[in-house]
Amino acid sequence: MKRSLSLLTFSALGAATTPALAADLNVTVEVPRLTVAEYHKPYVAIWIENPADATAAGTLAVWYDADSKEDKGVKWLKDMRQWWRKAGRTMSFPADGISGATRAPGPQKVVFAGAKGPLKDLKPGQYNLVVEAAREVGGHEAVRVPFTWGKPGKPATAKGTAELGAVTVAVK
Amino acid sequence: MTFKKRLLAVVAGAALALPIVLPTAANAHRAWLVPSATVLSGESAWVGVDAAISNELFYADHNAMRLDAVVVTQPDGSVEKIQNPATGKYRSIFDVQLSKPGTYKIGSSTSSVMASWTQDGQVKRFRGSPEDFAKQVPAGAADLKTIKSFNRNETFVTRDAPTTTVFAPTGKGLELVPVTHPNDLVAGEAATFKFLLDGKPAADLEVTFAPGNSRYRATPGDFKVKTGADGSFKVTFPEAGMYWMNATVRSGETGRGPGGPGGGMGGPGGGAPGGAQAPATPLAGNGMSAGYTATLEALRP
Repeated sequence: MKRSLSLLTFSALGAATTPALAADLNVTVEVPRLTVAEYHKPYVAIWIENPADATAAGTLAVWYDADSKEDKGVKWLKDMRQWWRKAGRTMSFPADGISGATRAPGPQKVVFAGAKGPLKDLKPGQYNLVVEAAREVGGHEAVRVPFTWGKPGKPATAKGTAELGAVTVAVK
Repeated sequence: MTFKKRLLAVVAGAALALPIVLPTAANAHRAWLVPSATVLSGESAWVGVDAAISNELFYADHNAMRLDAVVVTQPDGSVEKIQNPATGKYRSIFDVQLSKPGTYKIGSSTSSVMASWTQDGQVKRFRGSPEDFAKQVPAGAADLKTIKSFNRNETFVTRDAPTTTVFAPTGKGLELVPVTHPNDLVAGEAATFKFLLDGKPAADLEVTFAPGNSRYRATPGDFKVKTGADGSFKVTFPEAGMYWMNATVRSGETGRGPGGPGGGMGGPGGGAPGGAQAPATPLAGNGMSAGYTATLEALRP
């Protein structure tokens, strides 16, 4: 028993020290179907938060209307206000590998490659994945899902109540 | 005539002609500049600003603010005129285009002098800009008494990342130093600001905060904080919304006695140059006042 325990500990340690690039971040965001008179697909920012001080550790994706002739979509980026304050306002748009089109209602699966973007240099440890949505003539909501970077783990889920459905995160 | 000179001339004229009530005056009327947004993104950002003087915040129901002295200081420190200005019965409006990223200061800083002296056996009075004071009041006038006022009223808006150039102190009057940036305020989080008086820490200064939407509350919700020895203070905005912030420093004679009402510019003139009024009474002594007002927005977490 003792031996198997120490073996387990050893293997866990081994996993934690393997290069993070072996793993990807698998995220599923449920964009809720809303019965409203005027529906616009939400703007969504997906970013990583350091749980200790609530600072941003990187932006993974921003879904917005970059093709808008009027304002290139950037006029409303500030409505994802937590992300805007902690990360967005110092970025320039469109952002390579981050900017993307808004998504339709339903489960939206995205895989963020561990070898690219902010994940490439993310130190192993505890983080929150934050999905923050803001909708024109609608509301604002941020959903946080804790995950451990550095080793594969079980999927974790948190649910929004208004502007977001279930958000599932798995390190694979 | 340069823009600045014309502006000063208009300010001086307004000071004599209009019964504008400043926040530093005896009653509770408050002057405010409320922008349509304080945190903005993107190249096409504009804000519209409402400017008025009222008791309840922020409801334009008393007097429009004169816009003659209101200018925009851009993130690079350059000063621009406001756009599309209009003055109605109860409020003035204007636009500001945020053509560059960074923090903009929108507002006015005005200085004025009230003076009395004796000339040819008669008491003379003056009220106006420091420039006109220098021209119209003889050097070395007998029995010269002055009350000097310096007032600021401003608000801040930021496109993209906040910058601090517009907060560079001038060393005149009361000035705000952003320890926490005024466009980085979130309800429930402590923010720190600092006040300077003539460039030095304004210690033991009482700062009043008054939240907007007062019509829908049973009590106004005003609260006060005091600055420490270094001029700084902490404040936590209890709710998201617009807040009116004010601080006033006075010393010596206020000019509110029989010699003439009003502490700042804009009160009814007390025997202005050229005015054929009742015999002027002299000021009782020298004095100064410095006022600072800003509208700040705390966002929802």
